[in-house]
Amino acid sequence: MPSKSKTVQLSHGGGGKEMDQLIKSVFFNAFDNPILSAEEDAAKLNLSGPVAFTTDSFTVSPLFFAGGDIGKLAIAGTVNDLAMMAAEPQYLSCSFIIEEGFAINDLKTIVNSMAKELHKSGARIVCGDTKVVPKGCADGVFINTTGVGRILNPNVSVKNIQPGDAIIVSRDVGRHGATILMSREGLSLESDLSSDCATLWPIVEQLVATSTPIHAMRDATRGGLSAVLNEWSKASNVGIDVDEDAIPVADEVKGLCELFGFEPYDLANEGTFILAVPKAAAAGAVEIMKRYGNCEHAAIIGHVTEAHAGKVVLTTPWGSHRYLDLPQGELLPRIC
Amino acid sequence: MQLKDLYQGFRHPETIHTLAKSIAEHAAKVDETINIMEVCGGHTHTIMKYGLLQLLPDNINFIHGPGCPVCVMPKERIDHAAALANLPDVILVCLGDMIRVPGSKGSLAKWRSEGCDIRPIYDPLDTLTIAKENPDKTVIFFAIGFETSTPMTAVLLDQAQHQGIENIYFHINHVLVPPAIDAVMAEPKTKVNAFIGPAHVSVISGAKVYQPAVDKYHTPVVVSGFEPVDVLESILQIVKQRTENKAELEVQYNRSVTYDGNVAAQAMIDKYFDVRDSFRWRGLGPIANSALKLRDEFRHRDAEIIFKEHLPTTLIDDHKACQCGDILRGLANPVDCKVFGRGCTPETPLGSCMVSSEGACNAYYRYGGLTAKKGTSNAK
Repeated sequence: MPSKSKTVQLSHGGGGKEMDQLIKSVFFNAFDNPILSAEEDAAKLNLSGPVAFTTDSFTVSPLFFAGGDIGKLAIAGTVNDLAMMAAEPQYLSCSFIIEEGFAINDLKTIVNSMAKELHKSGARIVCGDTKVVPKGCADGVFINTTGVGRILNPNVSVKNIQPGDAIIVSRDVGRHGATILMSREGLSLESDLSSDCATLWPIVEQLVATSTPIHAMRDATRGGLSAVLNEWSKASNVGIDVDEDAIPVADEVKGLCELFGFEPYDLANEGTFILAVPKAAAAGAVEIMKRYGNCEHAAIIGHVTEAHAGKVVLTTPWGSHRYLDLPQGELLPRIC
Repeated sequence: MQLKDLYQGFRHPETIHTLAKSIAEHAAKVDETINIMEVCGGHTHTIMKYGLLQLLPDNINFIHGPGCPVCVMPKERIDHAAALANLPDVILVCLGDMIRVPGSKGSLAKWRSEGCDIRPIYDPLDTLTIAKENPDKTVIFFAIGFETSTPMTAVLLDQAQHQGIENIYFHINHVLVPPAIDAVMAEPKTKVNAFIGPAHVSVISGAKVYQPAVDKYHTPVVVSGFEPVDVLESILQIVKQRTENKAELEVQYNRSVTYDGNVAAQAMIDKYFDVRDSFRWRGLGPIANSALKLRDEFRHRDAEIIFKEHLPTTLIDDHKACQCGDILRGLANPVDCKVFGRGCTPETPLGSCMVSSEGACNAYYRYGGLTAKKGTSNAK
């Protein structure tokens, strides 16, 4: 009986009875809401005013890692993209591409972790799609999520960063990248290191509710802190000065970077964001962030300047300067 | 003890300032320019990344040496790797950084994307697992590196022999530091009058390998660690030697380096390797006795012999505009090169020094601008 199958079969993507069973027993069960269970060809939404709209595909290996899994990542990632536009995450779509032979129990774990993460922002999955591809054509599971949300502060933009702004980071950087690297490189290092993977909306909601004059926000995902600051300096045509001593980095992340020859600022994060606010509002913003969950290490790490537009300059603890450049190419361990 | 205890003291701001001040005081007593070649790319990286040039007086210059194993590999050797990877049922294994170095027909990353089975690894011994898991495949370890990484290749070969794993072959590109120093000093126009000796290489080889250079060229050689405090302390030792008109071998990195080095590792290298008559270095050309090959009794594992008919023999030089050769000899600085940062970038390197993060051009490109200000006058 296909319904007893412990792994996903090509027939589960065939549009027939098996597929219906899989969708009902796994997806509908976890994501249950009236819009989804209406089972129309497309979800009917009520939207008004300015809306943020974003999409992201998730292909992480390994699928399960310390601090999260691909499901948590797929929800947090898209919800965070909306949050970074000061938009309240409302509706998400989710598409699965599943490799033939993938364990149904693993699929359930992933889907349940998605449902759990959705509760943190209140967003709902209102439509979806499932495809099963032959063995070898995908690496376990790929997930795409797309989201829309109501914009609460229309002034937040990468083009809105101004000289005199303070740059704030919400927590220590590089955790997700370091966690994934550690599980991949097979160094058998013992560590309590876990990914920072988290939904950022509850923190952003507080910043918005307290009328913090946010100029820009961005979650420091692939490319890490370096990528965000470089993108900002170019998008707003400003210079950014960063004080290396002020950037929070966990000892475990520093240690891994020492071993492999990486910079913590280049490593990916999945629940860490960067904020630009006028200097006068910076201390207040940090205070609000610290009061919420994961932000006890929130810190002002630098400021925006008219000098060296388009460049990010890092000041070392001994006062020398260097450019903090965009990371390039594949992250590969150095040779010696 | 934690890892951070090993490096934090070597990045201590007050110590760094004190050393910089002391260097300036001593350098003021020297009425010449001290042109220090840091042989190893790891030191180039330290100098640039930590902005050490900005802390030093004007009469201390750095000339960036040829000690980056990825950078000195000529394109024809990368072409060998590509040719091997393209053979049927071959898994090519190499150390991480090597995968993005372009040969004449693209990098190994490009060949991997076209379906070749190329696996970047961190630990050469992972090759044993790959070979055991794929008994029907020919597993070729593309071995590169200076004295630092040679023992790891020797151990891999040792294990393959002892465990009777027959499907592992080796393409050996291990190179040696002392002949490279000689090649730099053979250049009549060289301005190098002091050396910072490599850190990890010296852990294996011992400081003794630099004594001939000290005697022959009357230049100070200070073997240095890779942290900012290490490098500054080594510079101070060099400057002190110059003020006293001395030329001696010193070991600043004495927490890891001895005069004789790791004798067990040296024995392992001797057991499995012979010195090649000549090896062509990217940028520097052929240097006598500057590289290793497998000993004759292990020729059945030598990919250069077994797969000889498949390996291209054309020698390939860098782009005409590329000045890596002059940079590696200390005759030019990265910013002197016409294609630096224009036609030649880390994404599309034309020459060897742009390829790896330890190459001089790459370090200048990545950290330059602010840090390289003084560097622009180095070689003029």
